[in-house]
Amino acid sequence: MSMMKKLAFVLVTAIVVSLMYRPAKASLEIVITDGIDSARPIAVVPFRWLGDGPAPEGLTQVIAADLMRSGKFNPIPTNAMPQMPSSEEEIDYPSWASLGVEAVLVGTIEPYAVDRYTVAFQIIDVLRGQITSGSRVLRGGELVSSNDHILDARRSVINGDQFRQYAHRISDVFYETMTGDPGAFMTRIAYVTVNHNREKPYELVVADYDGYNEKVLLRSPEPLMSPSWSPDGNKLTYVSFENKRPEIFVQDIYTTRREKMTSFSGINSSPVWSPDGRTLAMVLSKDGNPELYTMDVASKRLTRVTRHHAIDTEPNWSPDGKSLVFTSERGGRPQLYSVNLDSGQVRRLTFEGEQNLGGTYTPDGQQVVMVNRTQGNYHIAKQDYPSGNLQILTQTSLDESPSLAPNGSMVIYSTTHNNQQVLALVSVDGRFKARLPAREGEVKSPSWSPYLR
Amino acid sequence: MNANQLLKSLLIAVPMLTLAACSSSQGADDAANQQTNQQQQDQQGSGVELDSAERTKTPEEIRAEQMETLRQENIVYFAFDDSRVSSEYAQMLSEHADFLVQNPNVTVTIEGHADERGTPEYNIALGERRAKAVAQYLQNLGVSSNQMETVSYGEEKPLVNASTQSAYAKNRRGVLVY
Repeated sequence: MSMMKKLAFVLVTAIVVSLMYRPAKASLEIVITDGIDSARPIAVVPFRWLGDGPAPEGLTQVIAADLMRSGKFNPIPTNAMPQMPSSEEEIDYPSWASLGVEAVLVGTIEPYAVDRYTVAFQIIDVLRGQITSGSRVLRGGELVSSNDHILDARRSVINGDQFRQYAHRISDVFYETMTGDPGAFMTRIAYVTVNHNREKPYELVVADYDGYNEKVLLRSPEPLMSPSWSPDGNKLTYVSFENKRPEIFVQDIYTTRREKMTSFSGINSSPVWSPDGRTLAMVLSKDGNPELYTMDVASKRLTRVTRHHAIDTEPNWSPDGKSLVFTSERGGRPQLYSVNLDSGQVRRLTFEGEQNLGGTYTPDGQQVVMVNRTQGNYHIAKQDYPSGNLQILTQTSLDESPSLAPNGSMVIYSTTHNNQQVLALVSVDGRFKARLPAREGEVKSPSWSPYLR
Repeated sequence: MNANQLLKSLLIAVPMLTLAACSSSQGADDAANQQTNQQQQDQQGSGVELDSAERTKTPEEIRAEQMETLRQENIVYFAFDDSRVSSEYAQMLSEHADFLVQNPNVTVTIEGHADERGTPEYNIALGERRAKAVAQYLQNLGVSSNQMETVSYGEEKPLVNASTQSAYAKNRRGVLVY
């Protein structure tokens, strides 16, 4: 284990140094605060450049950052690598195995045409390679080299401006190969920034999940709230106070087209798309107090879901689209309930803690992630079904707005750090924790996109 | 009254009116005062005494003044997770209610706000309940519901941007906006 500790130390040092020297380009840089020790050691070897002149940069850095940020992997720093192989044949297995490295990603970049490149990569299982590499096995009556240590190998031609995107693609392949679950590196997040030094302090922003390619979709003098993605990843629904009252809008991300969905008297809040994209769940108080409704997006026809004099709010869909989890004060304090959309039957889900709010199902529907208030502290928590066990995932303060990655591995949420609202990440098992430090102003209401492919 | 006398009266009356109507632009007022004194001395030389009546304020002016006073005292603060209007605001709210009852054409927007604790969406609901509690209070004092609108900003527009108990106390509020 001391090897692991040493590796972790080298890695942390490398992160700190790289953060210190990194130009202030990425707007959402990451500070990993916990969980490196428990991640699996791997190596992302810089891909060998087979062309003349300067090599295209950044590909393997993006992959290593992706895999580290997943909380599942601990890519060793390049200066700790015993060799720089570019393919399976060049790998000296014992030297990698002695570092405890489980898998090695190697590859090449080759010029293909003007500003086009061939990128080839292999994912190698170090332990398997140590046992079988180069050995010959009898297959179909012939002696052949055993290749079962090559977990995946691919080759693609990409444009010069596609390196970052293709890096995320390789990260997805690596993640799925090693965990069996799909990666969520080709995803984006939507969030709201608030900076009162701007003429229009409120901005609705989308960015790649790692903070790159930030794009402001709406600037407003009045508050913006609750962005949420359509399941096809093309639209956002959100609440805007631009007319000095809350109204629900739907906006196309790739055009400037947008539509006002509701403007009822009172609250128009918490819009969320159903898994099939046909319905929005929302909260309206037009009939007296906050109740859950569903709206058929095409016809804008409303169906009232809850009927209770207490506050009902924050709906989120179950993965099968048949029920909603929501926050209600019907038991006195805010707790989570579910309502079956066919029968209208309501069931209380949470009992632990003074309050539970902002519930959202994991993609498998087996867990609910929420904001838990215990002894006055607001933390992100997770409850398993059907056991009902509640686990607090975070130690940050004033946590709110949890949103899950589409593969269910990670929660992005809003928290308060040094008196400023920033975004933070926590893995659903609670081991990995990271903060995305803000620049000027506040960052809040994060919403993770579905898979974008 | 010849033209000269008329002009002189106007020279006196216009600055006096200005004085009564506004209290701003101190420099201009001083100049007008000197001018008035000069005129009065001229008049005194001819043995007459001059005085002015207090101009009756128009209803609009009175309303504007009252509104200005009410705007100074327009915030009701709430306890944590609570939307009951404390008795300490009885005097203030009855002044607002009297004004609204006397001026049925005036409308007021009651904003409800929450502190940053809890989720933004829940706090929108909490803010609405506070705004409605203030509206209900005013309605009990005779204000027509047609004169009142409520809007909840939840935790989106804090008065004090800090994560302290005193900041929270300032942010949990209902605000009457004319």
